[in-house]
Amino acid sequence: METSTYNPTELMICIASRLMEDGTTAFIGTGIPMLAASLAQKMHAPNLIPIFEFGGTGAILERLPLAVGEQRTFNKALAASGICDIMETAQRGFIEYGFLGGAQIDPYGNLNSTVIGDHDHPKVRLPGSGGANDVGSHCWRTIIIMRHDKRRFVPQVDFITTPGYLTGPGAREEAGLAPGTGPYRVVSNLALLGFHEESKRMTLLAVHPGVTVEQVVENTGFALIIPNHVGTNEAPTPEELRILREEVDKERLYI
Amino acid sequence: MEVVESGIGELIQTPDINSFREWNRQNKPKALVDKVMTEQEAIARFVHDGDYIGTELYGTVRCPMSLARELVRQGKKGLRIAGQGVLELDLWLAAGLVEKLDITYIGLEVYGISPSLRRAVESGQVGTTVEWSNAAIAWRFKAAAMGVPFIPVRSMLGSDTFNYSAAKVVRCPFTGQKVCLLPALILDVGMIHVHRADRYGNAQIEGISGFAFELARASKRLIISAEEIIPTEEIRRYPDRTIIPYYLVDAVVEAPFGSHPGEMVYLYERDEELIKEWVEMSKESETTQEYLDRYIYGVKNHAEYLKLIGEERLAYLKEIVARR
Repeated sequence: METSTYNPTELMICIASRLMEDGTTAFIGTGIPMLAASLAQKMHAPNLIPIFEFGGTGAILERLPLAVGEQRTFNKALAASGICDIMETAQRGFIEYGFLGGAQIDPYGNLNSTVIGDHDHPKVRLPGSGGANDVGSHCWRTIIIMRHDKRRFVPQVDFITTPGYLTGPGAREEAGLAPGTGPYRVVSNLALLGFHEESKRMTLLAVHPGVTVEQVVENTGFALIIPNHVGTNEAPTPEELRILREEVDKERLYI
Repeated sequence: MEVVESGIGELIQTPDINSFREWNRQNKPKALVDKVMTEQEAIARFVHDGDYIGTELYGTVRCPMSLARELVRQGKKGLRIAGQGVLELDLWLAAGLVEKLDITYIGLEVYGISPSLRRAVESGQVGTTVEWSNAAIAWRFKAAAMGVPFIPVRSMLGSDTFNYSAAKVVRCPFTGQKVCLLPALILDVGMIHVHRADRYGNAQIEGISGFAFELARASKRLIISAEEIIPTEEIRRYPDRTIIPYYLVDAVVEAPFGSHPGEMVYLYERDEELIKEWVEMSKESETTQEYLDRYIYGVKNHAEYLKLIGEERLAYLKEIVARR
């Protein structure tokens, strides 16, 4: 089996997976977060508690769920309740991490998954918020997973579906959102990014193997904060890739 | 309470709580009456053109698909919809039945953006789309279920999801903090698919319950479809399992494989092949019409639909679950 090379999706899954701590709660949406959570449980975080919006808490992700309400989201789980319970649990501050994707992101981590173009006459009508706005509003630390290019990393999103740091420091609190919440990391196919403690603007933390800082800058539609020291992420290990390919996504729905 | 911000979206359904109470007093039978009927009868009697409708749970999971298909067959028009769905709302959008959407998510999940939604909204066929978060829609049902006109929450604050909704931000009279007020959402018609129900409508669900509890209590008219009809003695043996009591229910439809091509937890797996067929065929208007002709207009009812799918395939979907 080929393990020396990997595709961008596999890379994002592995990097996101490493951010999932053992013994923590993580709100999991459709797609890459599901794969990352499953991989994390099989690698370093057997007691990661995945939480799915329609009611699944603490599933063992032996097989990849295809929908946020399907039975695999409460496979051998600890509880199977409903959406109000889950969202209220998030609103009460019980959920540490929230994993999200989107079509566009801006320097403050605001996310768009509603429309491209004008809301009332959209160029592309996207699915809408779903649980994204709730995850971004209530989870303590939001981790965003997205492909990295200038169409996606934009100076201003067409529509703020999910609040990041809005217009900057203090804006979330001013809007009435819970203090101490907000975007924490962005995992792209080029780099791992964070948010500057004071300015709340997106900051480069580490590039992926074989990627230069210049490439990251070229593919970002706004000025990133580049610290003096930029790390390099460890490539997906043969073990991570094996589990991902042979166990997590055997049917190759994503990877 | 001082209103500090207002979303500009249309309030598609007003939270008229007093009328809802009156409705519940006058129109909901409190006696135990037999409500078993076919999909045709339930849709013909309880759904009208222009109604505001909600479905539960999701187009591929415990979704009232036999009811959704019958609604298309009968061509109910000008519908206003609580837009939280996958295949069921896709079918209604594709058939051109929807006029207004309170939308939180309509998409094909693992298979991406919904082409039917795109065509309907981008062409202007659906003229009104009002945005909400997923929790917001569920909490709007919860408010209606509580019998109150609104509910304060901390979702949607600071976002365009709020700006294009019909919610309001006020200062909390107790703490002075900003909170988002969501209007109660009272449905003209709710539809829920359950594992089992008795003839009066007492219903049980296994696995996650989505927002069935809230939606059932937020509906003026409620149509239940059930995988099986069970004797009331069974209900009385385990009353703690009744998530929807009879008095909420107007129609009980027996619909084995009622969620097909979606799944029913512990009973049958989703039909990936047929879901993929919709994903492919819904990409173009012409093939969308072919799908509707084949699986909806071309069959008289749910029984004929199941015949078209074929016993072997249905048995296989059950087998996968049984083998687990």
